[in-house]
Amino acid sequence: MLIYISLDYNIRATMFKKITITLITTIALIVNVNASSDGELLLKKNDPTEVKECWEGFNRASFALNQGLDKVIFKPVASVYRVLPTPIKSGVSNSLDNLSNVVTIPNNILQGEFSKAGINTGRFLINTTVGILGLIDVASLIGFEEYEKEDYGQTLAVLGAGPGCYIVLPVLGPSTARDTVASVANFMGGDAWYNVTVKNETQYFSDFDYYASKVTAGVDFRAKNYDSIENLEENSLDFYASVKSLYLQDRQQKILNSKTIIDTQNDSDWEEIEN
Amino acid sequence: MIKKLSSIIFAFALLINNVLAIEADIFVQSTVNRASQLLSENISKEEKIEKLKLIAKDTVDIEGIGFYTLGSARKDLNDNQKKEYSVKFEEYFLKSFSSRLAEYTNPEIDVFNKEVLNENYTIVNSILKATSERPEVKIDWRIYTKNSEQPLIRDLIIEGLSLARTQKEEFASVLSSNNGDINALFKTLEEFSNK
Repeated sequence: MLIYISLDYNIRATMFKKITITLITTIALIVNVNASSDGELLLKKNDPTEVKECWEGFNRASFALNQGLDKVIFKPVASVYRVLPTPIKSGVSNSLDNLSNVVTIPNNILQGEFSKAGINTGRFLINTTVGILGLIDVASLIGFEEYEKEDYGQTLAVLGAGPGCYIVLPVLGPSTARDTVASVANFMGGDAWYNVTVKNETQYFSDFDYYASKVTAGVDFRAKNYDSIENLEENSLDFYASVKSLYLQDRQQKILNSKTIIDTQNDSDWEEIEN
Repeated sequence: MIKKLSSIIFAFALLINNVLAIEADIFVQSTVNRASQLLSENISKEEKIEKLKLIAKDTVDIEGIGFYTLGSARKDLNDNQKKEYSVKFEEYFLKSFSSRLAEYTNPEIDVFNKEVLNENYTIVNSILKATSERPEVKIDWRIYTKNSEQPLIRDLIIEGLSLARTQKEEFASVLSSNNGDINALFKTLEEFSNK
C-alpha cells in the first residue's frame, strides 16, 4: 500500500514538474513573442494581404449559405428593426456594448492594458446600475473615453500570433484561423455572460438569454449597415472579396486599436503609380 | 535693381500660387456641397446619376485610382491594354460611384479637420450626420494635392475602411480566379457597366 502511495506521489510530482516546465516555457515564449511584436510588426502581420486564402472553395460555399440566411432571416428582421424609434435602437445597442465588457475587461488585462481595464470596469458598473442594465450609456455622457471592444483573438494577435488562414464560418461569418481558435476561450470560462447563462444553471438567466443576445447583436449590426451592405452587394464585382477585404481591414484596425487611416493604408501603395 | 526685381517677381509668384492653391478641406466641403445640392434636387434618379458622373470626373482621380486598383498586374500590361483598361475602368467607376451616391437624399457631411501627410497627400476628416435609420459615419478623404490648383480625391475611408483598397483586393480576386487573365477582368468590367 505504501509502495502504491509512494508511486502515486512520484507520478504526481513528475506530472507537476512537467506542467510547471510547460507553463514556464509557454510564458517565456509568449513574452518573447510579445517583445518582438511592436506596432510595425503587428501592422504587417495583420495586413489583409498577408492573410492566406487556404479554403476558398469552402469559404465561398459558406458565404453563399450565409447570404441565403441573411436574405431569409437577418435582412427582413433588420428591415423592421431599423425603423423602430431611435431611443429603442440606441438602448439595445448600448446594452449589447455594455454586456461585451465582460469579455473586453479580461482581454484588457491579458494585453497588459490595466488602466483601460479599470476604465471599462467603471464603465460597466455605472452603465449597469445608473444606466439601467446598460440601456443608457451614462459613462460616455459623463466623459469616459470611447469604448473599444476587445476579444481573445485580438489578445492572441497582440501576443504575436499571426492570423493564419481566412475562414468564413457558417452562420457566424468571416473570421481567421487564429480568431476562431481564440473564440473557444469564451466557452472555457472566458465569457462571464456565457458562464451565467449557458455553462452554469442560475435562477436568473437561461441559455435563451445568451443566444437571444447573440442573435440581437447580429440584427443590430445588420440594421446599422443595412444600406451599406445592399450598396456594396449591388456595386461589387466580387462581393465575397469585398466583404473579406473590409472584414480584414476592420480586424487589423481593432488589433492595433488604431483610428488613424495612415496606419491602415501605406503611402507606398500609392507611390507605385507615380512612376 | 535686378535683385529687387527678382524679389518682387518671386513674391508675386508666391502670391499667385497661394491665391490659386485650393485647400484640401475647402475642396472636399465644396465637392460635398455640390453633390448634396444635386441629390436634394427634384429630378429623376437617372438625371442625378448623369450629373453625379460629371462631378466625379471633375473631382476624382479616376485614372490614378484605376492603376492603384490594378496593383502589380499593371506592370504586365502593354500600352494598348493600359488604354483599354483606363477606358473600361472609368465606365465601371462612374457607374459604381454614381449608383452608390444616388441612393442618398440630401446627405449632410461636415468637414472638421485635415492632416497634411506630405506634399502629395492630405487627409480630410468629415462626418456624415446620423439619420433616424443609420448612425453617424466617419468619412476620411485621401486628397491628392500634387497639383495644388486642382486637388483630386483618391480614396474614401469610411470608418477606417478604405474603398480603394477594398476595390484593389476585389480586382485581385477576379484576376486570381481567372489565372491572371486581364481579358477576364475587362469582360467583368464590361458586364458590370452594361448591366
